[in-house]
Amino acid sequence: MDQSLLSTVGDKLKTQFGAGIISSEMIADYPVFIVNRDIIEQVVKFLYHDETLAFQYLTTLAALHYPDNKGHELGVMYQLHNLQKNYRIRLKIFFSSNDPVVPTITSVFSGANWMERQEFDFFGIIFSGHPNLKRILNVDDMNYHPMRKEYPLEDGTREDKDDRMFGR
Amino acid sequence: MSQIEKSKIEVVPSPPGIEGPGFFATRIDKAVGMARANSLWPLPFATSCCGIEFMATMASTYDLGRFGAERLSFSPRQADLLMVMGTIAKKMGPVLRQVYEQMAEPRWVLAMGACASSGGIFDTYSVLQGIDRIIPVDVYIPGCPPRPEQVLDGIMQIQKLVETESIRRRDTPEYKQMLAKYNIE
Amino acid sequence: MSKDDKNTKSELIEKEYSTLNLGPTHPATHGIFQNVLKMDGEIIMDAESTVGYIHRAFEKIAERRPYYQITPLTDRLNYCSSPINNMGWHMTVEKLIGIEIPKRVQYLRVIIMELARIADHVICNSVIGVDTGAMTGFLYIFQMRERIYEIYEELCGARLTTNIGRIGGLERDFSEKAWTLLDKFLKDFPKELKEFENLLMRNRIFMDRTIGCGPISAERALNYSFAGPNLRAAGVDYDVRVMNPYSSYEEFDFIIPVGTNGDTYDRFMVREQEMWESVSIIHQAIEKIKKEPKGIFHADVPDFFLPPKEEVYNNMEALIYHFKIVMGETEIPKGEVYHAVEGGNGELGYYLISDGGRSPYRLHFRRPCFIYYQAYAEMIKGAYLSDAILTMSSMNVIAGELDA
Repeated sequence: MDQSLLSTVGDKLKTQFGAGIISSEMIADYPVFIVNRDIIEQVVKFLYHDETLAFQYLTTLAALHYPDNKGHELGVMYQLHNLQKNYRIRLKIFFSSNDPVVPTITSVFSGANWMERQEFDFFGIIFSGHPNLKRILNVDDMNYHPMRKEYPLEDGTREDKDDRMFGR
Repeated sequence: MSQIEKSKIEVVPSPPGIEGPGFFATRIDKAVGMARANSLWPLPFATSCCGIEFMATMASTYDLGRFGAERLSFSPRQADLLMVMGTIAKKMGPVLRQVYEQMAEPRWVLAMGACASSGGIFDTYSVLQGIDRIIPVDVYIPGCPPRPEQVLDGIMQIQKLVETESIRRRDTPEYKQMLAKYNIE
Repeated sequence: MSKDDKNTKSELIEKEYSTLNLGPTHPATHGIFQNVLKMDGEIIMDAESTVGYIHRAFEKIAERRPYYQITPLTDRLNYCSSPINNMGWHMTVEKLIGIEIPKRVQYLRVIIMELARIADHVICNSVIGVDTGAMTGFLYIFQMRERIYEIYEELCGARLTTNIGRIGGLERDFSEKAWTLLDKFLKDFPKELKEFENLLMRNRIFMDRTIGCGPISAERALNYSFAGPNLRAAGVDYDVRVMNPYSSYEEFDFIIPVGTNGDTYDRFMVREQEMWESVSIIHQAIEKIKKEPKGIFHADVPDFFLPPKEEVYNNMEALIYHFKIVMGETEIPKGEVYHAVEGGNGELGYYLISDGGRSPYRLHFRRPCFIYYQAYAEMIKGAYLSDAILTMSSMNVIAGELDA
């Protein structure tokens, strides 16, 4: 992964989507592109079907929560991989926590099904168009999204561990 | 015909009693206790890493079969000893409870590992902090995961409990009170 | 009765499917996850999986623990091969900080990781045998796993959840006893593995049972983001050790075994061959270590690697470093890094965002088991119930990695 990959992919994306690509930079050894939330599905489809780029493997997707960025608190990170040429890139989208709706990419990658359900479970991000958006790892009747920064790690209702002794 | 030296094979000692030609008289609870303790049928409720250490205990080096626990029962109706091995999450709690309630008396519970005893290193919103929140436990085996020798020690403690238990224990009001504390009928 | 009459008669009979709950507690599922199957007699029409019965909130815990305390957490992901997870975490943090690890340490890490890979594949293959009814192979080959446990005990003190290594290297050098145990293992393991293979590999019953059971094509596997032996059995030769080499894997000479159909027999064979490759890699690593200067087991980074205890008691500088590291006052640089290692099940990835504090800001685990278990419903459509059990055990689903 080097600068040339950043410019190859970046130029193609800019010619196709123009203003939808908000920024592009190299972080550690990965080209990272921040993309507009509404066109993410088209971007992923474009990268999948393009002959030279052919990012046909979804490595992972993870959600991010930055409560200090007002208006852009929640985010989702996608990592794509071209297995033949060994290209790896990262796409990010950011949006407000008042409107956590993101188009799903299950039409392109079937593997994104459970990954998106996990991010819905943990962060409350609603993937529109997802075939089966339910909680996956937590109990079904949980009424909050635990990975957000405002919630604590421990279970508040337990009575056998004294928080004062544990430094909490 | 090869002679097996009797001194090398240790069998379970018989309880104190009166022996004669063709008969052996002892107290019934001692006989029942000896029979129960040396033929426990465990139900391995293996959820995570402790389950792999249990597999190692069942394998040839630390053979659990020599304690009489060779026949693992996966059906609660046929099991004596519920061995809970691994983390029990809150999602799994009702399942564990259902399995415990389906077991027939007399039944014993062994909590193996730190996660089953008290939640272990996972002090989080989704992990049950010890299975004794939902079912009564007889022996706790600490460790993360406990060595097979520790598991065998725990089984031997269960055997001691089983051997010395009074036959009428399950009908006493104290036992019923303890079950009522867990809301078990 | 003519053929047309028979057909109309069968159309009139309403098909009613029965529901079978392959519940969380089941003797044959190795781990706790639930599958509700819709069955037409013995054939499975549809399946719905429920996971999360051992959800322990690793990603949330990781936001509270300092970097060195997350290693025991990573142990419990794929607990059958925990050293690989540990090493992956250490390499991620070293990538974030920008530390260069000496060659000898890298080769020692390779030995530890390949032993873990052998241990993981031993469990998976012997359990495939158990699920077809062959208990003997399991009992014999598990003894080899005991030998690996003895080696780990000598290196780090623990058998299963090893917490091996430190950020910047290993906590202690391999002792003489560890080398002796390793040599003895390398002498005995090929014989035992050959015996295990003779039992199952060309066994008519085993082959009839497993060929064609739970297949998946390469295109569907790639679309589901499979990785590891499951993907290689489907025909795609993707191995993180070759594509993005870490810890000097590019200097080692090994082949990637690849199957054709993606069915259970191919997965079994891929894992068997990978065990042989791992033995060869360990031999090569031992040869390479002999050429390196002796005694190096960590990088020279006093900011992150605890100084030896004798210096802490006598030397002021070492005491200050020790204090800063343990209390978490060292400066971890800000950054965002992704590192993947080839775990027992495939690409195990760590996505780490650091904001300069004692604990990570966000740590996401790319867990291969979670990702490929989604395809299980598709793989068992139209199969018999016993084939479904066999498919599940051949995919090597470890509950700890599934739920995290």
